[in-house]
Amino acid sequence: MTAGTLAERGAAFLPTALKEAGIAAGIALLLALPLVGARTVSEGSAFVVTPRIVELALGVAFVFAGRLAIASLRGGHHLPVIVGALAVAALGWRFALPSAFLGVVAIAGGLAVACIGAIGLLRARRDEIPAVARIDTAGLLRQALGWLGPALIALAIVLPFLPFADRRLMDIAILVLTYVMLGWGLNIVVGLAGLLDLGYVAFYAVGAYSYALIAREFGLDFWSCLPLAGVFAAFFGIILGFPVLRLRGDYLAIVTLGFGEMIRIILLNWYNFTGGPDGISGVPRPTFFGLPFKRAPPEGVESFHQFLGIDYASIHRTYFLYFLVLALALITNAFTLRIRRLPIGRAWEALREDEIACRSLGINPTNTKLTAFAIGAMFGGFAGSFFATRQGFISPESFTFIESAIILAIVVLGGMGSQIGVVLAALVLIGLPEFFRELHEYRMLAFGACMVLITVWRPRGLLASRDPMIRLSRRRARP
Amino acid sequence: MEYFLQQLINGVTLGAVYGLIAIGYTLVYGIIGMINFAHGEVYMIGAFIAMIAFLILGPDGGGYLVLALLTVLIVSMMLTAVYGWTLERLAYRPLRGSTRLAALISAIGMSIALQNYVQLTQGARTKAIQPVIQGGIELAERDGFAVSLSYIQIVIVVVTVALMASFSLVIARTALGRAQRACEQDREMAALVGINVDRTISVTFVIGASLAAVAGTMAVFYYGVIDFFIGFLAGIKAFTAAVLGGIGSIPGAMLGGLLIGLIEAFWSGYFTTEYKDVAAFSILVLVLIFRPTGLLGRPEIEKV
Repeated sequence: MTAGTLAERGAAFLPTALKEAGIAAGIALLLALPLVGARTVSEGSAFVVTPRIVELALGVAFVFAGRLAIASLRGGHHLPVIVGALAVAALGWRFALPSAFLGVVAIAGGLAVACIGAIGLLRARRDEIPAVARIDTAGLLRQALGWLGPALIALAIVLPFLPFADRRLMDIAILVLTYVMLGWGLNIVVGLAGLLDLGYVAFYAVGAYSYALIAREFGLDFWSCLPLAGVFAAFFGIILGFPVLRLRGDYLAIVTLGFGEMIRIILLNWYNFTGGPDGISGVPRPTFFGLPFKRAPPEGVESFHQFLGIDYASIHRTYFLYFLVLALALITNAFTLRIRRLPIGRAWEALREDEIACRSLGINPTNTKLTAFAIGAMFGGFAGSFFATRQGFISPESFTFIESAIILAIVVLGGMGSQIGVVLAALVLIGLPEFFRELHEYRMLAFGACMVLITVWRPRGLLASRDPMIRLSRRRARP
Repeated sequence: MEYFLQQLINGVTLGAVYGLIAIGYTLVYGIIGMINFAHGEVYMIGAFIAMIAFLILGPDGGGYLVLALLTVLIVSMMLTAVYGWTLERLAYRPLRGSTRLAALISAIGMSIALQNYVQLTQGARTKAIQPVIQGGIELAERDGFAVSLSYIQIVIVVVTVALMASFSLVIARTALGRAQRACEQDREMAALVGINVDRTISVTFVIGASLAAVAGTMAVFYYGVIDFFIGFLAGIKAFTAAVLGGIGSIPGAMLGGLLIGLIEAFWSGYFTTEYKDVAAFSILVLVLIFRPTGLLGRPEIEKV
C-alpha cells in the first residue's frame, strides 16, 4: 500500500463517511431524545420530566464515532481506527462518565471496534500472501471440532477437582449445564424435527411442579420422581402437541407460546394445588442414592459424609448436583446422537427438510412430530425436576416466556441440530453474563443485543450442521 | 342486558387498541413473512413517548387540551416510527434471505433489548398520569347499574376507525399501497418491474410502528398507567388477533383485534379475570385447529 493510494482513498472516503456518520447520529438523536433525553421522576403523587442533556449528547457522539469508525474500516484505514477505538475505551475506563451505562458502552464499543479493525487488518494482510502459503483456517476449525467434544466432556468431569473451582464457579457451571441440557432437549424438537416451539418452558415447569407435588403429596424421593416427572412432561407434550402439530411454522410457534403462557397462568392462579404466586417451598433436596447431604441427619439415617467417613462440607451437595446434571445432560446427548441414526431420527430430519416428500414416502407426519415433541418434552421434564431439587423452591416466576426464548436462542445460535453448538451458545449466553454480575442492570440489555448481533453475524448459528446424516457419494470437503 | 352492553362497549374499545397493533404484525408478516416479535415493544415505546410528551406539555396541555393531545399523538407517532425504521434496518434487513428462524431470534433479541433499554432509561416503576379526558354519556340505567360510554372510549373508537379507513384507502389506492401489495405477492418480480423493495419494506415498518404508537398513546390516556413490560402481553394478544383474523390480511387484523377484545371483556365480565388470557389463547387454538389460516386468511397452497 503506497502513500499515494492511501491519500486518494482518504480523499474519496472522508466526505461520504462523515455524511453517513452524520445521518446515523441524527437518527440516534431522534431515537434517544424522548427516552434518554428525558427522565420521568415521581414528585409527590405526580410524575414530572427532567432533562438528561449530557447523557444524550454523549450517546449521540458515540454513535457518530462508531459509524465513522465503521466507514473508515471500509475505506481501509485500520490503524487510525484501532488507535482511536482503544483511546475511547481507555477514556471510558479512566474517567467517570455521567452514567455507568455510558462507561460500559464506551469500553465495550471501543474494544469491539478495535477487534473488528484488527481482524480487518489481519485479513488485508492475508490477502497479500499467496494462496498456497495461507493457513487453512476452516480446515483447522473442522479438525478442532472433532476433538472439542471429548475435550469438553473431560474438562467437565475434572472441573470440580481443579483448584480454582470455588462455589461460585460450580454454581455457574450447574446453571450452564442445566441450559445445555434444556438446549439439547429442545434441539430434538427444533433442530432435528424442525418444529418451532416457543413454549418449551411449559414442560420444564411441568417437570418441576410434578416433582415438587409428588414429593409433597406422596413423600417420594428424587430418584423415584425423576422418571415420573419425565413421563408427565412427555404426556403433556402429547396432549398439547396432538391438536396443534398439523399447523405449520409460525402458527405452531405462536400456539406453543400460548400454551407456555397458559400453563404459567394456571400455575399462578390454581392456589390450592400449586400455591399460586407463593410457589412451593421445601422441595426435597437430592440424596446420594438415599444418603442425604446433611450435617445432622435424622435418627436412623446415615448421611453422605458419615457413609464415606469424611468431614461434612456443604459443597459436597454442590459437587453432587453438578455431576447429577452433567450425567443427565450427557444422557440427553447420547440419546439424541443415537436416535438420529434410527429410522425415527432420520424421519425427523427428513420431515424438517420437506414435509410433502416425506408424506409421499409413507412417513406419518403427525406421529413423527408427536414423538419428537414428546421426547423433547420428557427431557425438559427431567431438567425441570433437577431445577426443583436444586433450588428447593419453585414458583411460576421461574417459568416465564423469557426462559423459552433463552433456550430457543441457545439452540438456534448454536446452529440448529448441532450438539456442540448448543454447548458453545450456552457458555456464551448463560456463562458469560454470570461472570458480569456486577453489571446486573445491563445484563438483559446486553443479552438481547448479543442475540441480535450473533444472529446478524451468523444467521445459521455459530456452528451450523444441517448436513444430511447419510450421503450417496463420498463426503467431499466443503470449499 | 345493561351489563352485557357495558361489556360490549369495553370490549370494542379494547379491540380497537389490539386491532391497531395487529395491523403492524399482519403488514410485516404479509410482506416479509416474519413475526416481528419486537412489535409489542414498539407499542410500549410509543406509550412511553406519548406520556413523556404529555408530561412536558403540562397536565392541562397548556390550556389547549385538544391541541395538546393531538401534538402528543403526532410526536409519538413520528418518533416511534423512527424506532420502527431503525429496528428493521438494524435487526431484520441484514437477515433478509436467511431463514425465518434467524429473523425470529433476532426479533426476540430486539424485544428483550428494547424492554431493558426502557427499563434502564425510565426506571422499572409503573408510571401514572391523572385522567385527562373525563366524563361520559350515560346510555341506560336500571337497578342502579348504569351503562356508561366515556368520552375517551368514543375518542379511541373514532380515531381507530378513522385511521383504519384512511389506511385501507392508502393500501387500495396509492402507489405506495400498490408497491406494498406487489412486494407481498412476489418480491423478486416487484424488484424487476422497478419497485424499490427495501424502501417499501421500510415504509411498512414505519406505518406499523406509527399505528402501534397510536395504540400506545390511547392506552396511556385510557388506562393512565404504563410500565416497561406492557408490550409483551399486548404484543402477544395482538399477534393472536392477527392470526385469528388470518395473518397477512388487514381487515382480518381488525376483525381479530375486535374479537380478542370482546372475548377478553366478556370473559372477565362473566367469568374470572385471572383466566382471561387463557380464554384468548384457547380461542386462538380452536380457530387454528378448525380453520388453520384464520378467519379471513387465504388458504396457503403448497406447491412442490
